[in-house]
Amino acid sequence: MIEQKYDVIVVGGGPAGLSAAIRAVETGLKTLLLENREMLGGIPLQCVHTGFGIHCFKEDLTGGEFITRLIDRAAEIGLENMVKTHVLRVQVDSASEKTVYAASPRGLLKTKAKAMIYAVGARERHQYEVGLTGDRPDGVYTAGEAQALMDIYGVLPGRRIVILGSGDVGLIMARRLALEKAEVKAVVEVLPYPGGLTRNIVQCLNDFNIPLYLGHMVREVRGSGRVEKVIVARVDGDMKPVEGSEFELECDTLIVSAGLKPDVDILEKMGVEIDPATRGPVVNEFYETSLPLVFAVGNALVVNDLVDYGVEQGEAAANYASKLLEYYATQRLKWRRVDRGRNVRFMVPQLVSGAMDVLFYGRVQHPEDNVRLLIRETGFEKRFSKVKPAEMIRIRIPAEELVKAKGERLTFEVVG
Amino acid sequence: MAVETRVTIIGAGIIGAAIARVLSRFENLQVYVLEENYDVGGGASRANSSVIHPGHEEDPDNQPLRARLCVEGNALWRKWCWELDIPVKWAGELMLFERNEDEKEAEKYLEWARRNNVPGVRIVRGEELFEIDSSISRNIKGGLHAPTAGLISPFEAVVALVENAVENGVRLLTETRVKRIVTRNNNVVGVETSRGLIEADIVINAAGLKADELSHSAGVEPWFRIKPRKGEYIIFDKDAEPKPTLILHTMPTPLTKGVYALTTIHGNLMIGPTAEDLPYESKGDTSTSLKGLDQLVKEASRMLHRTPPRSKIIKFFAGLRPEPPDGKWLIKAYSKPHGFVNVAGIRSPGLTAAPAIANHVSSLLREVYGLKLVEKKSWKPFRRRITTVNEMDYNTLDKHILENPDYGEIICFCNNVSKAEVLEAIGRMLAIGVKTITFDGVKLRTTAGFGKCQASRCRIRIALLISEATGTPLHSIIVKKASIGVGGVKTLWAESKEDVEND
Amino acid sequence: MNRNVEYTCIVCPAGCLLKVEAEGNRVVKVDGAGCPKGVEYAKQEFSDPRRMVFTVVRVRNGELPTVSVKTSKPVPKSKVFNLMRMLASIELEAPVEIGQVVLSDAYGAEVVATRRVGRREAGKHGCKPVSNSLKH
Repeated sequence: MIEQKYDVIVVGGGPAGLSAAIRAVETGLKTLLLENREMLGGIPLQCVHTGFGIHCFKEDLTGGEFITRLIDRAAEIGLENMVKTHVLRVQVDSASEKTVYAASPRGLLKTKAKAMIYAVGARERHQYEVGLTGDRPDGVYTAGEAQALMDIYGVLPGRRIVILGSGDVGLIMARRLALEKAEVKAVVEVLPYPGGLTRNIVQCLNDFNIPLYLGHMVREVRGSGRVEKVIVARVDGDMKPVEGSEFELECDTLIVSAGLKPDVDILEKMGVEIDPATRGPVVNEFYETSLPLVFAVGNALVVNDLVDYGVEQGEAAANYASKLLEYYATQRLKWRRVDRGRNVRFMVPQLVSGAMDVLFYGRVQHPEDNVRLLIRETGFEKRFSKVKPAEMIRIRIPAEELVKAKGERLTFEVVG
Repeated sequence: MAVETRVTIIGAGIIGAAIARVLSRFENLQVYVLEENYDVGGGASRANSSVIHPGHEEDPDNQPLRARLCVEGNALWRKWCWELDIPVKWAGELMLFERNEDEKEAEKYLEWARRNNVPGVRIVRGEELFEIDSSISRNIKGGLHAPTAGLISPFEAVVALVENAVENGVRLLTETRVKRIVTRNNNVVGVETSRGLIEADIVINAAGLKADELSHSAGVEPWFRIKPRKGEYIIFDKDAEPKPTLILHTMPTPLTKGVYALTTIHGNLMIGPTAEDLPYESKGDTSTSLKGLDQLVKEASRMLHRTPPRSKIIKFFAGLRPEPPDGKWLIKAYSKPHGFVNVAGIRSPGLTAAPAIANHVSSLLREVYGLKLVEKKSWKPFRRRITTVNEMDYNTLDKHILENPDYGEIICFCNNVSKAEVLEAIGRMLAIGVKTITFDGVKLRTTAGFGKCQASRCRIRIALLISEATGTPLHSIIVKKASIGVGGVKTLWAESKEDVEND
Repeated sequence: MNRNVEYTCIVCPAGCLLKVEAEGNRVVKVDGAGCPKGVEYAKQEFSDPRRMVFTVVRVRNGELPTVSVKTSKPVPKSKVFNLMRMLASIELEAPVEIGQVVLSDAYGAEVVATRRVGRREAGKHGCKPVSNSLKH
């Protein structure tokens, strides 16, 4: 058994975890990064498109270019890391001591750390979570799996493709497959509006004449060995299929792009409080979960639009970890809980003290034009010409505004 | 040395595999098992309730054979699971009554329990009910407790039986579809298969849903037809509560033994089955439906005091039970044609009875064909299951990793399945004679891909390991029935001849 | 004869519907743009639409069988598939370094690698994921 001791252990070697670990080293903390795949980098490794690093490098990089910069930086500062190392269990010994048990080809790891930064990312919702019924043939993939197949492992998943869900990954896969000469028959979206960015609708679908069926669902999958066709139906206001509206699309592959869920497996087992709105942990303004010195960042905290948000969360958490390890103060702070009001799907962080400015990440439930984001208890407001679920609201609210709330609540709402 | 009799078993499901194991004891038999799919255990044997029934639900007057073999099978599985290291849990079951009138009906099963010699069956009422299983709905009035019920992993059982049979000399031929039974002068001479004629002195038809067609081809029982009866199931995530400690089920109906709510051997809450009789020609229809899903969620709420949210459902599937006319199993060794044996229409409790059915068939071979079966001195009763990281404490795991670092490399992140386990599964598939190693076969042997993410992260990684182990190109690795890809990423460009538009 | 074309603006997330009125190849009017950048976008899209191309090319003897690539600047939209055909026939020899030029003349742009692909260890076959553990 390999026994070791660190100030901070970072779980997950994607953008958020790498950024957190790099910053932790820079602040002088003895840091260890664990990654369960064969290589550092996480999901950007399989992203051939741009959209990475616009905030943190002021450049529009591809996933590979972006993550290589972080990996190179990690090498430069001598970040200790282990790949192929999978955390089995985390035991909380005390507020400032956790024991992380992990399996690695070098042996079982038993690492004690004062703080933990959890950055394992999200996982994709799969066919059973979206309630896809019918046969269970081969040829049904999540968008990320199809992406890895093509752009990491060089395997073309299919020739005739239907994509379920219009999130950005699905749209980007539509273009990737079309560029490789696959026939992308349609993108089917159950909601009345697209899940992805307008830019991606235009450049991934319109450029290749790929039809987008909004307000439609895949009712059934058919195929005895491989997918042979899908049956698509229009949905009514209750998201139920409209009888008689069905039509068939012949295809050999169905790609499910139905969104991501923070992967909170380990946190849940530790007893961390989970926010039903984000499906990630509840955190305070230090990105600290309901367990002291256990931080969560990146898509494991909240599904972010931009990789840059995960990076800034990772860096911030490392900075706070460094400060809190010096002087543990969170228990003495009085927390105000962030509530979701009208047309607010979630807000992160969920707990704020008023002691410092807070950068909030939020998402609306449905698109609206010309609205104001309000904090009911303080009267704070900000105008938006357009809000939509596909685009996160990222807003810094000064401490002096937050302390105006007298009670224990801060209610965010979007109103006309 | 005695003259060898060539025995061919059609079908590597639970019945064929159990018969193969029993017959592997005898040195004067040369046993072949023919399977049309890539792997064993692919039909009803992998998609069922996974319950080892006590035998009190079998009517001793109308179904005496089923009743006897069910009770015998239940007892035999205890020994077989131990010898073959098959995961099993003797949980006991509870047939739930929602209304006081149901208790009258339950008395019938008490009487059957007495006549079938099923031990310990009794009625439980009131508080005791919730004490023995706190997950039961408070609307439940009482239940019939049968302590000898068990839970097994049916697919792992088939694998264990085949591995043991092969180690004892049985030969498995996969991807071999039997077209018809070949007879000459009222004697079986073999079977015509997709790989040509395979000669045999005795042919045992354990072909599951297709057993009726093969029986017809042998010229017997023209009236015998198997109806596919579909059952849908839902499986919840491992972290979904409640997890019944007993095997709970609703009152049996003419179609089924009721709907079950149970915690599978791998620790997931499972609800099912529905029961739907399909037309004879729908023997491949294992589709699921929203209707079935809704029905099962409703049934669960009748049995359980709370049901997990739908968002915790990680999988739904359907299986087909081979339903014979009048529910009667057709187990018979024929003298016309001599050497043909039907083990057909083995509906529930077929999984439970499988070991007893296998012994029964071996007796039939002696009685009807006068075979003098000579036991091998070297017969090996034992087989070990794949060593898994999940079953190790940390010290044991550390020791394993030091000997073989592959135990430290986790491939399936949801269920903590290591590279060593995946490679062992591949090795075992090759050892029993599987020609095409599928992702599905690895998944079923290791539980990789059975977790929260339903293989969206490990399917490729496992395909890569299969590719490396077998030298098959990655894109051609079979998932279950079809390949993971259609070619390399530039395949369609290489195929396309037409010029791109030059405007 | 005036032509009318519509585009959805992609300059910012607002996604304005841009209505272009043109005489022959000359844009005479752009309606619907919320900002001057939108007008520029519409004009460019009408007269000379261009796209960045992101794809992969095959790699021999690499730790991975592919390397991701991009065009150094946008290429004419009508040439995207021609470029894809050219890239389909290319196979690089590992190692490939990030920024390495894969194709030097791609309709006025270069095609460059956007991922690092190391050489695969001798004796190994099939594709292996990149291993780039920094220490140990």
